[in-house]
Amino acid sequence: MKFYQFTEQPYPDAWADHGGSLRVNLPNRKCDPRIAADLYHRYFDEWMLADELGFDIMLNEHHQTATCMSSTVIVGLSVLARQTSRARLLVLGYPIGHRPDPLRVAEELSTIDVLSRGRLDMGFIKGVPYEFAASNQNPVGVMDRFWEAHDFIIKAMTSHDGPFNWESEHFHYRQVNIWPRPWQQPHPPVWSTTGSKSNARVLGERGYVMATLGTGYDTRSLYDVYREGYVSKGRPAPTADRFGYLGLVAVASNEREARARGEQIASYPRTSSIVHAPFRNPPGFFSVEDNAKLMRGQTPPRSYTKDRRVIDMRTASVQELIDAAILFCGTPDQVYTQIADFCEYCGGMGNLLMMGHAGAMTHAETVDNLTLFAKEVMPRLKDYRQPVAATATAA
Amino acid sequence: MAQAISVRAVSVNGIQIEMMERGEGRPLLFLHPGIGIEPDAPVLHRLAARSRLIAPTHPGFGGSQAPKSFDSIDDLAYFYLDLIHALDLADIALVGVSLGGWIAAEMAIKSTAQISHLVLANAVGIKVGSREHRDVADIFAMTETEFLDLAYFDPGVGKRDYKAMPEAQVRNAARNREATARYAWSPFMHDPKLKGRLHRIRIPTLLLWGTHDRVLSEAYGQAYCAAIPGARFERIERAGHFPHLEQPDEFAEKLFAFMARK
Repeated sequence: MKFYQFTEQPYPDAWADHGGSLRVNLPNRKCDPRIAADLYHRYFDEWMLADELGFDIMLNEHHQTATCMSSTVIVGLSVLARQTSRARLLVLGYPIGHRPDPLRVAEELSTIDVLSRGRLDMGFIKGVPYEFAASNQNPVGVMDRFWEAHDFIIKAMTSHDGPFNWESEHFHYRQVNIWPRPWQQPHPPVWSTTGSKSNARVLGERGYVMATLGTGYDTRSLYDVYREGYVSKGRPAPTADRFGYLGLVAVASNEREARARGEQIASYPRTSSIVHAPFRNPPGFFSVEDNAKLMRGQTPPRSYTKDRRVIDMRTASVQELIDAAILFCGTPDQVYTQIADFCEYCGGMGNLLMMGHAGAMTHAETVDNLTLFAKEVMPRLKDYRQPVAATATAA
Repeated sequence: MAQAISVRAVSVNGIQIEMMERGEGRPLLFLHPGIGIEPDAPVLHRLAARSRLIAPTHPGFGGSQAPKSFDSIDDLAYFYLDLIHALDLADIALVGVSLGGWIAAEMAIKSTAQISHLVLANAVGIKVGSREHRDVADIFAMTETEFLDLAYFDPGVGKRDYKAMPEAQVRNAARNREATARYAWSPFMHDPKLKGRLHRIRIPTLLLWGTHDRVLSEAYGQAYCAAIPGARFERIERAGHFPHLEQPDEFAEKLFAFMARK
């Protein structure tokens, strides 16, 4: 099992007075660049500690938001490619459906792969609904643009005999020949995230690593659709390393402290969707059928606990988040058991994308959280034998 | 509400769309705004009383298909020029509201061979202001209530109770919102080339303007009018962005009076 330390690189000082929207339209005068600089350096220090402790590293990007100061993930990857020596560097993700220029993406990611001597994992994502207001890319048809950008980037990374031509629906180039070419062959591993079964099947067919977020005890059905897609291409059942899961982690030497830390980590799901309502549902992002349901006042259930209670991660208590496997929280023993239980339920889940810092957690608290996990939980999970679920058997 | 006009399917270039047709006389091609047009809208009866009304649902809107390649108002303009050909229409009054007005203008700069009169009501489609001024309110950055307040003289006219509506109608409304973005997300609600091509329109043209429109300014409408040689500008009071819904009688009267002018 692998463990990727992740933080959204938040700017929590602006969270108290957001006027109903932490994203898109929160004025940036609420950002003090001096505080931002201190935070960036601190977050990089914590990732360097994570590297020493045996974690891998995950970065992401969002735009125009106090929930995540990483507005260009290439900057963070560049710093860490040079300053760390061991950890794999996962970008999850790079919102390629929003990028006007996928050639630039191929060049950036190849450079990071070479600079890090082959430590890049490249996650391509559609992006959350609020990103369209910032990028001004059309939300209608974003997945078509996403897949064309994906195809182009892979082609650019795997073409080594001089320029090729690309004239398609969304992108036009005539002399494509990127330098440097990537370190890893034929290209860095591809990851993606999804919450939809149709997309999970496509990711399975392609054999990419599929990660989910907030799916808790509803994850298995997505994994099973992935498994169907994976074996449909004549492969044996996918092993646990094809699956990733974003889990919030709060571990402490006693339960009381762990719960207090859990409250701090829970500030992520509690703030993440605070945004002016229209930006949550740009046209074309959700299907016509889903939008018709929303218009009729029907909202789909969000997350499930192990005993099938529906919870809303935006408002859930720490206990509910634990019950839904969105948060792994407690003493090292408890956290080990919660994660191992969840892996059993999933039929194998080999990449824990661990949010070990969120919100206003201090540096000392974050260091303590990461260190305790690395020393007391990680070794046991490394010894843990992942199941390999055959195909679509009901959980 | 008036009796609903029946909707039939027509196919042009292999693309199947919905179309309402009623009345006798000169053809009047009515192009609906982004919010669509409901078959029981009173304005349709006013128009059908004095013309052969043809009111299609644009590809991608309501129950009309659209090929994946359709992503600009230009695509719709060429589609409707082909529809005119397919239906063998001539001497047409071409009438469009808001986004429908934009389509009509894009048609008229290409060919007015079969079009005798052009009527644009609170039309979008051109860029008038500076680069830091948005001519058209950002309808995708506001709630429905905020939109109704900007778009209507009486917001109650536009209010819909989706919970009480038939499922197909809710689905059509969801498709209308998506299709509007498909064609008009960026550049937002305009074609940067259109204003410089409006001088090509050499047929009698009327700009109808609901004066309480706060999605667009009246200055925007005046600029539209000024760019089309000889175009007239007439106001409709107690109406906003959709004068055909708020003042259907006056909308029809002004339109037919214009067509009757020598």
